[in-house]
Amino acid sequence: MNTAHSKIALFIPCLVDQIYPEIGFAMASLLKHFGYEVNYDSRQTCCGQPAFNAGHRSEAGKVARTFLRVFKEPDIVVGPSGSCTAMIRNYYPVLFKDDHDCDAALALGSKVLEFSEFCQRENLIERIEGKFKALVGFHNSCHSYRELGIGQAPVEMLKRIEGLELRQPAGEPVCCGFGGLFSAKYSAIAAAMANTRLLTFTELGVEYIVSNDPGCIMHMRQEAIDRGIGTPILHLTEFLVKAMNIT
Amino acid sequence: MSNYSSFIRRSEEKAEDRGHLLKILKAVSTHDSKVEAMKVSQFRDWASARVQAEGIKNHVLENLPELLEQFEEKISARGAEVFWARTTGEAQTHFLDICRQHNAHKVIKSKSMTTEEILLNETIESAGMKVWESDLGEMIVQLAGEKPYHIVTPAMHKSTAEISELFHEKLGTPMTDSAEELTMAARSYLRDAYITADIGVTGANFLIAGEGAIILTENEGNARLTMSCPPVHVVIAGIEKLLPSLEALPLFLPLLATSGTGQQITCYNSIIRGPRQAGEPDGPEKLYIILLDNGRSDLYSSRRFRESLRCIRCGACLNACPVYRTIGGHTYQTTYQGPIGSVITPHLKPMKEWQHLSFASSLCAACTSVCPVKIDLHTLLLENRSEAYSDHATGFLWRVGLKFWAYMFGSRSRLNFFRTIGWIKLPFIRPFIPRGLRKRIPVIPSKSFSNLWSSHERS
Repeated sequence: MNTAHSKIALFIPCLVDQIYPEIGFAMASLLKHFGYEVNYDSRQTCCGQPAFNAGHRSEAGKVARTFLRVFKEPDIVVGPSGSCTAMIRNYYPVLFKDDHDCDAALALGSKVLEFSEFCQRENLIERIEGKFKALVGFHNSCHSYRELGIGQAPVEMLKRIEGLELRQPAGEPVCCGFGGLFSAKYSAIAAAMANTRLLTFTELGVEYIVSNDPGCIMHMRQEAIDRGIGTPILHLTEFLVKAMNIT
Repeated sequence: MSNYSSFIRRSEEKAEDRGHLLKILKAVSTHDSKVEAMKVSQFRDWASARVQAEGIKNHVLENLPELLEQFEEKISARGAEVFWARTTGEAQTHFLDICRQHNAHKVIKSKSMTTEEILLNETIESAGMKVWESDLGEMIVQLAGEKPYHIVTPAMHKSTAEISELFHEKLGTPMTDSAEELTMAARSYLRDAYITADIGVTGANFLIAGEGAIILTENEGNARLTMSCPPVHVVIAGIEKLLPSLEALPLFLPLLATSGTGQQITCYNSIIRGPRQAGEPDGPEKLYIILLDNGRSDLYSSRRFRESLRCIRCGACLNACPVYRTIGGHTYQTTYQGPIGSVITPHLKPMKEWQHLSFASSLCAACTSVCPVKIDLHTLLLENRSEAYSDHATGFLWRVGLKFWAYMFGSRSRLNFFRTIGWIKLPFIRPFIPRGLRKRIPVIPSKSFSNLWSSHERS
């Protein structure tokens, strides 16, 4: 363990805070399991991505500035979303360009890490141990993969679980259709994309769909409910807590 | 009906059409595996090929005015005549003037999206002339009275059975399930048109500034016949099509073929340096080139959007796009579909009428990851959205909604306050939310992470 980073500030994205608190708790449990001390600053609300992606940069800036203030002090910030991490690392520099907070935004981008990215960087993957017999499909978040360049870390983490069999579709990663406000503005297209994605997994016969982004998870879960697809869709942290039998 | 509501209606239809989706997915997945294999087998390092291509195109854009003049000078020196068209209207006028000058009645065309952009077929027909599309895919959509579905594969949405039926109805050929027989039917239908046409129209895949040349790449040989059989050849090309010299072709021809169709190189590649020269036995007697701006110089003058002019129209971003795959090409109702179309159309046409396309993306960045000239497509879509908002081109409800959102998420206490109200009210509001959107909203738990954490930590 890298003792310099033994204290971790939890970044709880708005979807986790408001809709799926259990994902936040699962991530906190895993980090504690690996020996880290975790802190949660409840002043955090959202990274600002919804407004940024809608083109409303002034609104995004207001919310993002609060976020910047909250995470000024901690040395390392870990969150369960590749998409939100990408917003901070790749788009805060755009949002805060020519702004007095630009340096702070750049600094934050380098210390916010997506959960699997953090595990890889801290060599935690090899410390994952567990037994869980199941056929699992991993839905790679586009933003983790393409915006952050997180390649196989989440898959490597799953592979550590004894008895688990991974069934991955070809041509990865393929978008689930969430895209934030896209799924509200163009709900029919977004739903069809989620359905295509779910069918890809169910055709592979998986018993669990695991992903590393709460946005993808929410979108696929809602579509699964609508289509009567019963396959559980879990966040990587939720799945690991279950498979590693962490309480 | 506005472009936006018609986009919504068409996309909803396609979203429900599993048959359409399976057809497109099948075409795209065959295509994908060919493209990926070719990237590995033909290029020692695809990533550096892209960087190099990006660099050459950037060089072109940095020197665009000079290179355009050089192109005009070089190709004019060998007898071609160059026209400059600022708008669709100007391009149409130049073309009709050429037709009148040569007393033309019949026009044959090879595949060109630039001619689609200026509505050339409609222009030709309303002037009382006849026009034949000679590219097989284009001929199919022309016979069907449709627009191209895709900038590279215009008839990808048609199955062999559908084409057979179309040919049977329009050309009187017998029904068949053999693609070869259908191709032969098209061939005999077109043969006479090549011989009797007064004018042959092509686009240009590249314009070469240094040597003054037009490059045509194709797989059917139809472009070569189109430019060489009739006595007059008219090229219609966007001003961004330039490459500095022929030396760029060993990179750009395989790059385009690999990205576009998964080929090493296309079957026919022509370098045209002018009309028939003295002492040459064949080729057109006259060569005219219409260089089209039509909004491109606006993209050129924008520092952020200039990179969109690097596009070589390979269609890779369309194939990679999960939205394109779901809604298909016609839904966009634009000349250029998919991610590149959604980036440039709101600039080439009125932003207010076309900004909705910039939002028709989940920002998954698959487009950016496949673009052979490294256009940052998904980021440009974000830039478009921001521009649309600043131009007051987005809807009132969204504007108010996001202002409220920013207020609510501005502090934890406000968020908690509105959350409590929302949680109580949502079950009552839910039935009034349109079904499509309602499905997307999950059940909100009574307590947020923030609420739960303090009690969790105390225990």
